[in-house]
Amino acid sequence: MALETVTEPSAPGGARTREGCALVTGGSRGIGAAVARALAADGWPVALTYRSGADAARAVADGIEGDAVALEADVTAPEAAETLLAEAEERLGPVAVLVNNAGVRADGLAVQLDDEQWDAVLATNLTAAFRLTRRALRGMVRRRHGRVINIASVVGPRANPGQANYAASKAGLIGMTKTIAVEVARRGVTVNAIAPGFITTDMTAELPEDVLGEIPARRAGRPEDVAACVRFLASDEAAYVTGTVLTVDGGLSA
Amino acid sequence: MSATVTAEQVQPVVYDALAEIGPDRDQITNDATWEELDVDSLDLAELSQVVEEKFGVRLKGDDVAQIKTVGEAIDLIVARAG
Repeated sequence: MALETVTEPSAPGGARTREGCALVTGGSRGIGAAVARALAADGWPVALTYRSGADAARAVADGIEGDAVALEADVTAPEAAETLLAEAEERLGPVAVLVNNAGVRADGLAVQLDDEQWDAVLATNLTAAFRLTRRALRGMVRRRHGRVINIASVVGPRANPGQANYAASKAGLIGMTKTIAVEVARRGVTVNAIAPGFITTDMTAELPEDVLGEIPARRAGRPEDVAACVRFLASDEAAYVTGTVLTVDGGLSA
Repeated sequence: MSATVTAEQVQPVVYDALAEIGPDRDQITNDATWEELDVDSLDLAELSQVVEEKFGVRLKGDDVAQIKTVGEAIDLIVARAG
């Protein structure tokens, strides 16, 4: 098999062998920030997006040794996908890795969830991810290489009372991942989902302590645990992994 | 992009794009069907993208479903660009 062109990585670490950059949505904190740092450590120039945490986002970008930019965006805006991809491409090169991480929750029992809570969660967690993927695939398919990594959740495949909207969005994200993966597989583009369990972030800060007793690993996950999986899926080594869900939950779903 | 796009301008772009996507160059003729060229919907989506970038012509899913040969694709692009 002929070897592909290898480009020099821009930072020590060297796992990246492709041109282009990584775009991480929701990169100002939590899993997104850890993902941005992990990809940068592998040599990827990183564009990370934020909606309101400008200072935090810039701190993440500034703390990265390689090329990194923080881009403000509301991913639910119809034009956001085009704007973000265009800006990332202009500043850092073609988007070779897209990490759909931006996510929100608005909990309530189904009988009490209002339309706004339903719509908001689906719009950010699922529809935005679709639009960004659709836009990113154009270039990835033409270049015969790409990585789309969707941060889903163990919630979705699993029940979690009070999160019908969140569960729907994450289960939907997994379904979307599989179908799109199959559509583009022969173009060298992989599309995968990661299903984190309980990860210590702002989103889980309010969760009760007794939840930990249910986790076989007896600890919550760290954002770095998830980021390590993103790093693998973004790499050349993961070229034969597509259309799948990588669960990172300390054994919770086993 | 010129004001009037002709078949003579479109044909080489379509042929080149198809050759890059898969079929052998000598198999590509105006009469060739997608089936004969082993070109599927993903290939046509990519061809549509090239056409849009080059001629500003947007071919949607329904359009692509109607055209069956390379020649029909060229005719449609010329018609839409005009």
